Amino acid sequence: MSDVRVAGVGLTSFGNTPERTGRDLFAEASIEAFDDSGVPRDDVEAVLYGNFMGELSEHQGHQGPLMAEAAGVHAPATRYESACASGGMAVREAVKRVRNGENDVLLVGGTERMTNLGTGGATEALAIAADDLWEVRAGMTFPGAYALMAKAYFEEFGGEHEDLAHIAVKNHENAVPNEKAQYRSEIDVADVLEAPQVASPLGLYDSCPISDGAAALVITSESYAEEHDLDAPVAITGSGQGGDRMALQDREYLARSPAARSAGEEAYADADVTADDVDFAEVHDCFTIAEVLALEALDLESTGEGIAAARDGRTTADGDHPINLSGGLKAKGHPVGATGVSQVAEVTSLLRGDHANSDHVADATTALTHNAGGTVASAVVHVLEVVA
Amino acid sequence: MSDVRDAGFDDWLDALESGDPYYLECPEGHGSLPPRRVCLECGATDLEQRPLPDAGELETFTITHVPTPAFEDDAPYATAVADFGPVRVTGQVVGIDLEEVETGLTVEPDVITSETDGERVVAFRPR
Repeated sequence: MSDVRVAGVGLTSFGNTPERTGRDLFAEASIEAFDDSGVPRDDVEAVLYGNFMGELSEHQGHQGPLMAEAAGVHAPATRYESACASGGMAVREAVKRVRNGENDVLLVGGTERMTNLGTGGATEALAIAADDLWEVRAGMTFPGAYALMAKAYFEEFGGEHEDLAHIAVKNHENAVPNEKAQYRSEIDVADVLEAPQVASPLGLYDSCPISDGAAALVITSESYAEEHDLDAPVAITGSGQGGDRMALQDREYLARSPAARSAGEEAYADADVTADDVDFAEVHDCFTIAEVLALEALDLESTGEGIAAARDGRTTADGDHPINLSGGLKAKGHPVGATGVSQVAEVTSLLRGDHANSDHVADATTALTHNAGGTVASAVVHVLEVVA
Repeated sequence: MSDVRDAGFDDWLDALESGDPYYLECPEGHGSLPPRRVCLECGATDLEQRPLPDAGELETFTITHVPTPAFEDDAPYATAVADFGPVRVTGQVVGIDLEEVETGLTVEPDVITSETDGERVVAFRPR
């Protein structure tokens, strides 16, 4: 089975650019990815593209071919939608296609335009990732859903808002040198605790921002990379996907993420590594509690211990296993359809040594990305390794 | 929102309003809520209506300060997941000061209307 190489990565800055169309954002990201890879556009055999709320934010469905056009690629194109895991699912499809010999060169990407909707509109658009009848019509928002999980976590395992605050502080600190990040300002624990409440116990600084942005990857087979003498030392060596029931009320656990656990176990087995081998990770921290649930589901922290990981320094930039060196969704931003793709882009740059935070993981060889949809009814995990 | 009913869900709200709430039970005793044709636990397809237990217990809750536009005039409000035994239900906690909402609170189900758009909302009242 061929290694799946990440030949090139491209990211727009994530942030507040309501006037920029999705196609313009994706064009920018794809140009950067092609320039980074050295792969000609004519060699691309398919475009795999993640997007969640295009119908609501841009009145635009059928975005696959539109985005292939924006990238200057003449190839079949498909959009993947799995809420906030849309981008990660597109990456997973690319891994499968290269491995089964169907394709040698793929453009994988994702975009979301969100800030043009305003806070209310974006809150409404994000809420459709939850169960409309049983959750949204009861007034549940996405911050509200994660707040329900946070409260359940505190009840079951202990911990308090101040513990979560350390996660926000850490991820803001990591974002400072990342020129693509939305928030490049440090905050402290008091800032988090004193911020306006969004959905108690979560406040404004426990929540990722509403963001516009795009991400792109040029993915190739190992044989293509070698034949064309590409500088592509990083491979995606493991991929896994997990699922859970849509509504929180139908779940066995309110304070755990079994979908992420299944996805992680599958990805670890696929790459033939364990959690102990993971040097660093980008996990889906749409809210501070989400990072805790992810770390525990991925066995990077024991169940009930993840809440203290940032506070105790295990997941900080110079800790045992740095988490979200990009700044994470929390500070880098969360343009939904782009997020899973951007995680792979960030990890690739960190492993190659050309990321602003690469010095923190100078000897790293193995890393992981975790992208979650909804309240983790969908999860996709990838293992990336330096192979060349 | 269109005037078309959501079969199953709107029927369930009607039943709750008339004081006769129910859940769905499969032959093995697993509970679920409509509209559901297949048991989540065992895949059985012959689901029967059973009376919803009178009381539930708040398992987790949040006070939402930043709502969707459909609840703009309702905020802040408490949203909770309550355990009724065979099923859990998501709803808004009403009839109590928000500061006094706590996990473990015993509640009974009710239906209220949103202050923002008049739509029906599942609610929980302290018993």
